[in-house]
Amino acid sequence: MYIKQRNHSTPALSRRDFLKTGSAIGGGLVIGFFIPGATRFANAEPAPNAPFAPNAFLHITPDNKVTVQINRLEFGQGVHTSLTMIIADELDADWSQMSAQLAPAGDAYKDPVFGIQMTGGSGTINHSFTQYREIGARARAMLIAAAADRWNVPHEQCHAAKGVVLGPHGHKATYGELADAAMAQPLPQKIALKNPKDFRFIGKPMPRLDSRDKSNGKQPFGIDFALPGMKVAVIAHPPVFGGKVAQYDAAKALDIKGVAGVFQIPTDRGGSGVAVVADGFWPAKQGRDALAIDWDTANVEKVTSADQLAQYKALARQTGTVARDADVSALATAPKKIVAEYSFPYLAHTPMETLNCVIDLQQDHCTLWVGSQFQTFDRAAVAATAGLKPEQVTLNTLMAGGGFGRRAVPTSDYIVEAVHVAKAYRASGKTGAVKVIWSREDDIRGGYYRPSHVHRAEIGLDDQGQILAWNHVIVGQSITQGTPFASVMIKNGVDNTMIEGMGEPYEVPLKLSAHTVTANVPVLWWRSVGSTHTAFVMETLIDEAATLAGVDPVVYRQKLMGPKSQRHQAALKMAVEKSGYGTRKLPKGHAFGVAVHESFKSVVAYVVEASLEKGVPKLHKVTAGIHCNLAVNPLTIEAQVQGAILMGLGTTLPGAAITLKDGVVEQHNFSDYTVARMPDMPRVEVHIIPSADPPTGMGEPGLPPLAPAFANAIAKLTGKRLRSLPFNLENA
Amino acid sequence: MLTLNINGQDKQFDIDPSTPILWALRDNLNLTGTKFGCGAALCGACTVHINGLPVRSCVTPISAAVGQHITTIEAMGDDRIGKALQAAWVRHDVPQCGYCQSGQIMSAAALLKTNKKPNDADIDSAMSGNICRCGTYQRIREAIKDAAATLA
Ligand code: FES
Ligand code: FES
Repeated sequence: MYIKQRNHSTPALSRRDFLKTGSAIGGGLVIGFFIPGATRFANAEPAPNAPFAPNAFLHITPDNKVTVQINRLEFGQGVHTSLTMIIADELDADWSQMSAQLAPAGDAYKDPVFGIQMTGGSGTINHSFTQYREIGARARAMLIAAAADRWNVPHEQCHAAKGVVLGPHGHKATYGELADAAMAQPLPQKIALKNPKDFRFIGKPMPRLDSRDKSNGKQPFGIDFALPGMKVAVIAHPPVFGGKVAQYDAAKALDIKGVAGVFQIPTDRGGSGVAVVADGFWPAKQGRDALAIDWDTANVEKVTSADQLAQYKALARQTGTVARDADVSALATAPKKIVAEYSFPYLAHTPMETLNCVIDLQQDHCTLWVGSQFQTFDRAAVAATAGLKPEQVTLNTLMAGGGFGRRAVPTSDYIVEAVHVAKAYRASGKTGAVKVIWSREDDIRGGYYRPSHVHRAEIGLDDQGQILAWNHVIVGQSITQGTPFASVMIKNGVDNTMIEGMGEPYEVPLKLSAHTVTANVPVLWWRSVGSTHTAFVMETLIDEAATLAGVDPVVYRQKLMGPKSQRHQAALKMAVEKSGYGTRKLPKGHAFGVAVHESFKSVVAYVVEASLEKGVPKLHKVTAGIHCNLAVNPLTIEAQVQGAILMGLGTTLPGAAITLKDGVVEQHNFSDYTVARMPDMPRVEVHIIPSADPPTGMGEPGLPPLAPAFANAIAKLTGKRLRSLPFNLENA
Repeated sequence: MLTLNINGQDKQFDIDPSTPILWALRDNLNLTGTKFGCGAALCGACTVHINGLPVRSCVTPISAAVGQHITTIEAMGDDRIGKALQAAWVRHDVPQCGYCQSGQIMSAAALLKTNKKPNDADIDSAMSGNICRCGTYQRIREAIKDAAATLA
C-alpha cells in the first residue's frame, strides 16, 4: 500500500529523540526513543514477556546478545533481517550475536515519515534506514566510551570491531561485558555514521535470520498463538456486504461437541453476523455450518460485475475529474490513432495465512496478538470498540504469513469483529481469550479487494508514430475515500492511488481524468496499489505506439523518457543487456517483451521471454534490471522481485478475478480463484544497478511491469493487444 | 477415544472422529508447524506424511489414520531426507513469509523418497499442489536439487 509522505526527505532524527531506557530484564544497554509528551516511562505499556521497555530499539545484554526491535510487521519481505543488518553494521557487531523481535504497538515505533506505526508503501528501508543506523552508531559510541573509562585511556584510542572494543594496550572487552557500564554513559551528543565503503553487512547478500525456524515448523505465526483455555471462533458473515441477520437458529450448532457459545455480532459496514465460539477451529466451523440464518439484504446495494463493467465503460467515454491537463485537440486531426479500452477485475490478496486475531478482553484492559500492518489504527479501533482508552490496549505484533496489504485496513475490519466476538463471549459470563480465524472462503469472499477498473485511452500519433495527444480516462472506486488517508491522498477530487503510475517517465501530452464510483464492495491497497493497473495500461500502450511507429520498443521508450529518468534508463539498459534482447536468438515461437515502471521510488525493468503453448500464453524467463539506490540486502531484493513477478504473473492467469452476482462474491477458494503455482514460475534473473544513494523500497515495485512485459511479448507473437487482466486472448 | 501415532508417539484424542488431522495436531497437540491454508486440499500447506506418503491433513479425518504412522514437519529434522531439505532451504534462503514452507518441505521430501534426482518437470509436477503466495518457487526448485545432490 502507499501513502503519500508528509515530506520528501527522511528526517534525520535529532539527538533528543533518542534515550537510554531502563527496566530491561537482565540488565545491559538499552537504547530507545523519546516519545513526545511522555515522561520516560509514563507511557509504559509493558508487553507480557517482553524483556523491553516499551520504546526500546536495541538491547545489548551482559550475555553478549544483541536484540533489535523491529518497528514493522515481518510478513515475508525480510525487514526482520535487513533492519537488524543496518543496526549491526553501525554497531560493528558480530552477526552471530544478533537477533530480532517484532515491536508491539507503541508510539516509538511509528514510521518516521508517515507518523503512524505501519508496514506499507514499500517504506521500511526507505524511511528507517537512517533511524536504525543512528541507533547502532549511538550504542557503539557508548560502548567505546565505557571501555575507554574502564581502561582509563582516551576514547580515540579505542575502536570497535565484530562485537568487541579494543584498546591501545591489548585491551579487549566484548559488548556484553561493557553493556552495563555503557548504560551509565551519557547519550553521545554527536555521532558519525560510517562511510558506506566501510559497510560490512549493508549491501551484502545476508541470509535471513528466520529461515531456519521457517523451515522446521518452529516459527510461530499469529494463527499459531494460543493461551491456556483459549477458545476459537469463526464468524458467519452476511452473503452481501453490509447485510444483516434477520433471524437465526443456533440449536444444531450448540449440539456440536466443543461448541461453547453462539453470538450475533456487528460486522463490517454496518452489517451483522453470527459467531460460533468453540474448543477449536473444527467444532467452531462445524457449528457455523450447522447454523440456520435468514439474512436481510434488502437495504444494501447488490453489485453485479457484468453490470458494473458496462457502467464503467459508459463512464469512460466521458471526461471525468481532471487530474492532469494537456491540449489534446490534435486528436481530431492525427493521422494515426490508438483507441483502447482496458478492464481490470477485483482481486483478493489471499495471503497463505488467513486473517486471524487472538484477543484477551478484560474489564479494564485488552491484549491482542495479531499480524497487523497497521498497529496504530488497529489499537485505536480496538479501544473504541471495547470502550477502553488506547493505553488500555496492548497490541502484540506477531509474524504473518503474507499480507500484501490485507492486514493494513483503515477500518480494522477483522480486528474490530474479533473485539465484538470477545465482548459477546465475555457478556455471556465466560472468561478467557478468543482466537478468531477466517477460513479461506471468508478470506476470498470477505472484501477489501484491489478495486476493479476500466481505462479508456485515445492516442493520436503522427505519421512517424510520435504521440501528439493522449486523452485518458480511468473509472474505479477510491481506496482512501472515507479513511484517514483521504486528506493526503485525494487531490482535487481524484484519489492518487487510482492514477499513480500514469504518465511517468514519458514526456507525452497526456490529459488524465478519473471517475470515482461508489459501490458496495470494500476496496483496499493490494501489493503495488494503483500501479497494478496503470503500469499495464502505460507499458502496453507505449509498446503499441512503438509498433505503430515501426521503432524498436526499447529504443522508442528510451527516446520518450525525459531527462529526469536516469534510473529508468539505467534499469532498462541493464535488463536489455543481460537478457540478450536484440542479440540472442530465441527458439521458434518465442518472443521478447519489455516493460519498465517506477513505483514507491524504485524502478524495475523487465525483459521477458514468452511463447504460446497450445494457444496459452507461457512465460519462460524474466530478466530484471532494478534501480532501488543502495541495495541493503541484495538477497532479499532478489526474493522480493521473484515474489512480485510470481504475483504479477498470477494476475494474468485465467480465473484470477473476483466477480459478484447480485451482491454475492462468486469465488470461494483456490479452486475458483486462481493463484500462480510452481509450474507457472519462469526463470528469473535479477540485476541490481550499483548505487550509494539512500535506499528506496522493493516490496512492491517488482510487480507492476511483469504483466505488461508478458502481454507485449504475446502481442508480438499474435499481433493482438491484450486489453485486460487476466489475459483474454479471445477478446484481444 | 482414538489413538494416533504421531511422530513415533501414540496420542489419544477425545474429539469428533471426523476432525481433520490438521486440527487435531494444531488445536489438541499444539503441533502448529502444520499449517491451515485452504481446508480443501487445494494449497498443500497442511501436508503431512502418513506411512511416508504425502497427505493433505485438512481433509483427512483422524478416524482414517488410526494405526497409521503420521509424520509432521516437527519430526523432519530426524529424517535423512527431511534434514537435507531443511539445510538446503536455509542455504538457499528459501522462505519469505514462511507460512507455506512446512507443506513445501513435506511434499519435497515425498518427492525425494521416490525420485533421487528430480529435474524441473518432476519438481513442478510433484510440487504443483503446494501454493506459495510469496513466490519462493524458484528457490524451492534450486533447494530441492541441491538437497538431492547432498543425498546422492
Ligand atoms: S490446508 Fe490442506 S491443502 Fe490447503
Ligand atoms: S513463503 Fe509465504 S507463502 Fe510461501
